[in-house]
Amino acid sequence: MNPFQYSKPADVHEAVHLSSAASRFIAGGTNLLDLMKENISRPEHLIDITGLPLRAIEETAEGGLLIGALVSNADLAWHPLIEQRYPLLSQAILAGASPQLRNMASTGGNLLQRTRCYYFYDATVPCNKREPGSGCPARTGLNRIHAILGASAQCVATHPSDMCVALAALEARVHVQGRGGARVIEFADFHRLPGDAPQRDNQLADDELITAVELPADNLARHSHYLKIRDRASYAFALVSVAAALELNGDEIIDARLALGGVAHKPWRDRAVEASLIGRTVSRETFSNAADALLQDAEPLQHNGFKIKLARRAIIRALSDAAVAGEQP
Amino acid sequence: MSATPNGAAAQPYVAHPIRLTLNGQDRQLSVLPWTTLLDLLREQLDLVGSKKGCDHGQCGACTVLRDGKRVNACLTLAVMCDGAELTTIEGLADGDQLHPMQQAFIKHDAFQCGYCTPGQICSAVGLANEGRAHDTAQIQELMSGNLCRCGAYSNIRDAIEDALPTCRNRGGEQ
Repeated sequence: MNPFQYSKPADVHEAVHLSSAASRFIAGGTNLLDLMKENISRPEHLIDITGLPLRAIEETAEGGLLIGALVSNADLAWHPLIEQRYPLLSQAILAGASPQLRNMASTGGNLLQRTRCYYFYDATVPCNKREPGSGCPARTGLNRIHAILGASAQCVATHPSDMCVALAALEARVHVQGRGGARVIEFADFHRLPGDAPQRDNQLADDELITAVELPADNLARHSHYLKIRDRASYAFALVSVAAALELNGDEIIDARLALGGVAHKPWRDRAVEASLIGRTVSRETFSNAADALLQDAEPLQHNGFKIKLARRAIIRALSDAAVAGEQP
Repeated sequence: MSATPNGAAAQPYVAHPIRLTLNGQDRQLSVLPWTTLLDLLREQLDLVGSKKGCDHGQCGACTVLRDGKRVNACLTLAVMCDGAELTTIEGLADGDQLHPMQQAFIKHDAFQCGYCTPGQICSAVGLANEGRAHDTAQIQELMSGNLCRCGAYSNIRDAIEDALPTCRNRGGEQ
C-alpha cells in the first residue's frame, strides 16, 4: 500500500471540496483497501466519509425509500422496511460477500466496487482497465467467468455486485453531490459498458459523492426472487445471477422486471424483454421466450459458452419462482 | 505493512491520534493512515490472537468485533476506528472464565491446527449478536466468511449450535 494523506470531513460540502483526481472517498473500504494492498489503486489522499450524516433509511413522499449511502449492506438487508417492501434487495445482498464484509461495506460503496476480473488484479499482466491501451489477456486467456453480453474488444470483465442487480431491477435512483451541485442518476445509467474506456466503471465525476440510493414505490414485493448460481454454495461471485420481479393479476403479468448479474460489465437489464412479458400469462413458454430474447445477442468467449445455457435456465427458474413466491401460507 | 510501505519516505505523512475502547480498556494511540487494524493489534499492541491469513478479507482469520459486529480487521484502517469499541479474542473471557463460545469450541474439539480459531470464535459471537441463525443451515451460511483449511467445519458448526442459546441469553457482546 502506498502512503497517503487522511482527512475526515464532518459534512458533505467539505467532503466534495476536499476531493481531487488523486483522492478517493472511503467508507467500508472492503474493495478499495484490497485494491490498494495490490497497488492497483494508489490514491494520494483518502477522504473518510464515515462521519457524514448519511446513515438514515427514510420514507419518501412518493411512497418509496431513501437509503443513506453509509447504511451498511447488513443493516440494509435486515431492515424491516426492506424485508417487507423490497425482499428482492434483501435476498440479493445476503447472497453476496460474507457476513463480515456485509457489516463493513456501505450502500454507496457497493455501487462503486470495481468491475473486475483476475487479470485486472494481476499487476504482472496487461489490462485495459488497469492500464488503458495495454491490452486484454482475458479475451484469449482463461475466460470462464467473463462477460457474454455488452463486452468490448477492450474488456470482458463482469460487475461482481449482487445488490446492484436487484437495484437495477427495482429501478433505483442514485443521488450524488458534487462541487457544482446535486443530481439524481437513474440506476440503468449509473454504470457503464466498457466500450473504448474500460477504465471507467461508472459516470461519476471525481468530485461527486453518492449520498443516497432511492427506491421508488412498486407492487413487486410479493412476486420477486433472486437466484444466484456460483461455483460453491456460499461466499463466491455469481457465474450467473437473476433478479426477477412480477406484478400479477391472477396469471396475467401486469409488470415485469428482469436483471442479470455475472454476465456483463454492469447489471444487465433489457426493457424490451420486460415489456414483452406484460399482458402474457405466467407459463414456462412465456418465460423461456423471454430468456431467448434477452440472450439473443450473447457472445461466448472460449471458456464461458456454458453461461448462455446457464443464464437461460436461470432466467426461467427465477421468473417461475417469482411467480409462485408469496403463494405459500 | 511497515511504517514506510514500499520503501517510500514517510516524512510528509503524519500520524493521527485515535481513542478506542479495546477489550474494555480505554486506549489512546497514534497511528499512520495506512496501518490496518490487524497490524495495529499484532505489531504495535502485541495482541496476536487475531491472525493474518489472506490479508484480503477472504479467510476471516482476522475477525474481531467492532461495536458488537464482526468485521475483518485486515480490511479496516486503524485510523478509521477512532471512537470504536473493539473486542478481540483476548477480550472475550471474563478473567479465567471462558466465554461460552470458547468453552463450546473446546467441548466439541472445533479445531485442528487452531490458526482460524480466534476468527471463528469472534465471528460466531458476532453471529449470536445478529440473532439471524435459527437452524444448522443458517449457521453454515452465516459462517461462510471463515475458512478452516483443516476442515474442522462439522465440529465448528456443532460448537456454535451448542453455544448460541447461551450467547443469546447473555445479550449483545461488545
